[in-house]
Amino acid sequence: MLSRVAENLYWLARYVERAENTARIVNVNANLLLDLPKGIAPGWKPLVDITGANELFEEHYKDYGERQVMRFLLGDERHPGSIRSALEAARENCRTIRDFVPREAWEQINGLTLYARDGLQKGLTKNGRHSYLRGLITHSQLINGLLDGTMLHDQGFEFLSLGRYIERADMTTRIADVHSASLLPDADEARPYDNIQWVSVLKSLTAYQMYRRSTQIRVQRGPVLGFIFKSPRFPRSLRWCIDHSRICLERLPRNEGCLRVNGRLARALDSAELEGFSQKELHDFIDELQLGIADLHEEIAQTWFPPLVTAAAA
Amino acid sequence: MNFRPQCVGIDPPLGIWAHICGSELVRDADGTLYVLEDNLRVPSGVSYMLENRLVTKRVFPELFEHYAPLPVDDYPSQLFDTLASLSPRPAEYPEVVVLTPGIYNSAYFEHAYLAQQMGAELVEGRDLFVDDDDCCYMRTVDGPARVDVIYRRVDDLFLDPDAFRDDSALGVAGLMRSWKAGHVALANAPGAGVADDKVVYAFVPEIIKYYLDQEPIVPNVPTYRCMEPDALQYVLEHMAELVVKPANESGGYGMLVGPASTQAERDRMAAAIKKDPRNYIAQPTLKLSTVPTVIKDRLEPRHVDLRPFILSADRQQVTMGGLTRVALRKGSLVVNSSQGGGSKDTWILPQDSATETYEQVQGEAGQRQSQS
Repeated sequence: MLSRVAENLYWLARYVERAENTARIVNVNANLLLDLPKGIAPGWKPLVDITGANELFEEHYKDYGERQVMRFLLGDERHPGSIRSALEAARENCRTIRDFVPREAWEQINGLTLYARDGLQKGLTKNGRHSYLRGLITHSQLINGLLDGTMLHDQGFEFLSLGRYIERADMTTRIADVHSASLLPDADEARPYDNIQWVSVLKSLTAYQMYRRSTQIRVQRGPVLGFIFKSPRFPRSLRWCIDHSRICLERLPRNEGCLRVNGRLARALDSAELEGFSQKELHDFIDELQLGIADLHEEIAQTWFPPLVTAAAA
Repeated sequence: MNFRPQCVGIDPPLGIWAHICGSELVRDADGTLYVLEDNLRVPSGVSYMLENRLVTKRVFPELFEHYAPLPVDDYPSQLFDTLASLSPRPAEYPEVVVLTPGIYNSAYFEHAYLAQQMGAELVEGRDLFVDDDDCCYMRTVDGPARVDVIYRRVDDLFLDPDAFRDDSALGVAGLMRSWKAGHVALANAPGAGVADDKVVYAFVPEIIKYYLDQEPIVPNVPTYRCMEPDALQYVLEHMAELVVKPANESGGYGMLVGPASTQAERDRMAAAIKKDPRNYIAQPTLKLSTVPTVIKDRLEPRHVDLRPFILSADRQQVTMGGLTRVALRKGSLVVNSSQGGGSKDTWILPQDSATETYEQVQGEAGQRQSQS
C-alpha cells in the first residue's frame, strides 16, 4: 500500500472523529449550562480552551459569547478545527482514495459534509442546535459503521482505525480536561454541582448508561475518571483507544518504534492514581498524556507516511 | 515545441516511443477515411469508450443479441500486457503504476479508472523517488518498492524537475536519469510528442514512403505547410475555404474554420500565419460524416470523428472499437470535449465470421449516443 494512501485513510478517520467529538463537546456544554446557576456557569470560553485555538479565536472575535464560540467551533472555515473544516478535510482526504473506501461510505461522507454545510444556520440557533449536533454524531457513527462493516480489513483499514483511535484518545482527554479542570472552580460553593458536571462528562461520551451498567455506584469524580480513562470495555475510554491502536500497530510492518511509544503511553496510564489527583494534578497528567498521543502520531507519520513535500525551489 | 533535446540518443525498449497511440480518423463526403491528426503524447478518452459501452449494453441489450459487436472490455488487460512487456526486469508480475498529475487534472477520472481496471497503483509524483542506484521506487507502508513501468499521464515538461521544468511539483526528480539507465520504462516515452506537431504530421506519408517504400493504408488529409512559400500563398488566398490549425495546439484551440469565419477573424489569422508560417498548416474543409444524434427529443445529424486506440509493444493491438467524438452544436466540426463535444459508443461488427473481416458501422443502428 502506498504511504500516501495510508496517510489519507488515517486523516480521513481522524477528521470524521474530530467532527463527531466536537459536536459532542458543544452539545454537552449547552446542556450543562442550562443546569448550572448563573453565578457559577463558566460560559463558553472553556470550549475554545480545549481546542487550544484561543489565539485564532481572539484574532477574529471580540468576546467569548455563545454565538461567537458556536460559530467558531461549528462553521468557521478559518478555523481548521471547526466541524465544517474537519469534514471538508475528511472529504478531501477521501477523494483521492476512493478505490479503498466502499462507495456507500464515500456517499455518506459527502452527505455528512453537505449536511454540516446546509444545516449550519439552523445549527447555530438555540432551538436548532440539538438536532443539528445529534445529526452530526449519528451520521459520523453511520460512516464508522459502514467502514467497519463493508471495507476490506487490510492494511488500509488498520490506518483508518489508527486515525480514529488516536483522535478519539486525544478528544476524550480533552473532554475530561475541560469539564474537570476549567469548567468549575475547585471550590466549595461548586460542590453541589459536582455531580451534574460529571454526568455531563459521561453524557458527552455517550457513557452515562454504560457507566451505570459497569459501575453500580452513584456518579462521582473518582469512578468517572476511572471509567473514561481506564475502562478496558468502553470504546471511548483512553484505555480502549491505546489498546486498540496497539492491535492495529501489531498488524503493520516496521512497527517497533510505534509500539514502543504506545507502550510508554499505556504504562503512564496504568501507573496513574487518578482518583487521588487534585484538579491541578489531573490537568498536568492530561497534558502529559496529550504529549504522548502527539508523540505516537509523530512516530506513525515518520514510519509510514510520505515525507512532507517541500515547496519546489523556483 | 514538443522537441525534447534531453531524449536525443536514447534507445527505448523494443525501439518503440509511442506505446499508446490515438490517431484521429475522419470520413469525408466521398466515403474516404483520412487520418486527421496523430496523438502520440498521452492520448486520453479510452475510459469514455469503455463507459459508453457499459451504458449502451444497459440501454439496448436486445441490439447486442442481434448484432454481436466485438467487445472492447479487454482494453485494460491489453494495456496492462503492453505495459508489462516493457519491464526492464523479467518478472511475472512487474510493478506497473499509473502516474497522474492528481485530483485536479481534468482526466483524473480516467487515470483512476484505468489504474483500478488494470490493478495497478495510481501514483502521484511525490509517491515516487529515484535512489542513488538510479532505480525508481514508490513509497509504501512496507518501505520502498521498486517500480518497473510507469504509464505516465503527466506531460514531458513536468515529468522530472531535474531534466525539464525545475518548478514542477508533479514529477519525480531523477526519473529521466533512471529511464536513460534503462531501470524503468516510461509509456509513452518522453519526446514522442514531437510527432504531434501538425507540420510533422504533414510529412508522415513521405516518411512512410522513404523508410518503408509503401503507400499509407489510410491516407492523410491533404495538408498545406505554410512554411513552404507556394503553400503559404495558396493558404492566404483561399483561407475562406480552408481549415487553418496551429501546429502545436490540442483541444481544438486556436483553429480557424474558413467557411464559418468572419473577415476579421481571417485577417487576424493571416497576420498570425505571416508572422510565424512554420507554426501553421491548412487543410481543405472536409465534409465530415454525420451520425444521427439525439438532440433534446429528436434525431438530428451531427459531425463525428473516430479515435481508435493502438497499443504497440511486443505486439500491436488495435481496439475493436474506439472513441467516436460528436460535435453537439449544429453544423459544428469541432468535436473536442473541451469545446462541448460529446461521445458515442462505437461498434465493430463481425461482417462474416467465416472470413474474419470486420466492418465498422458508422451512422447505422449500431451508433447510439451516450453523451459523456
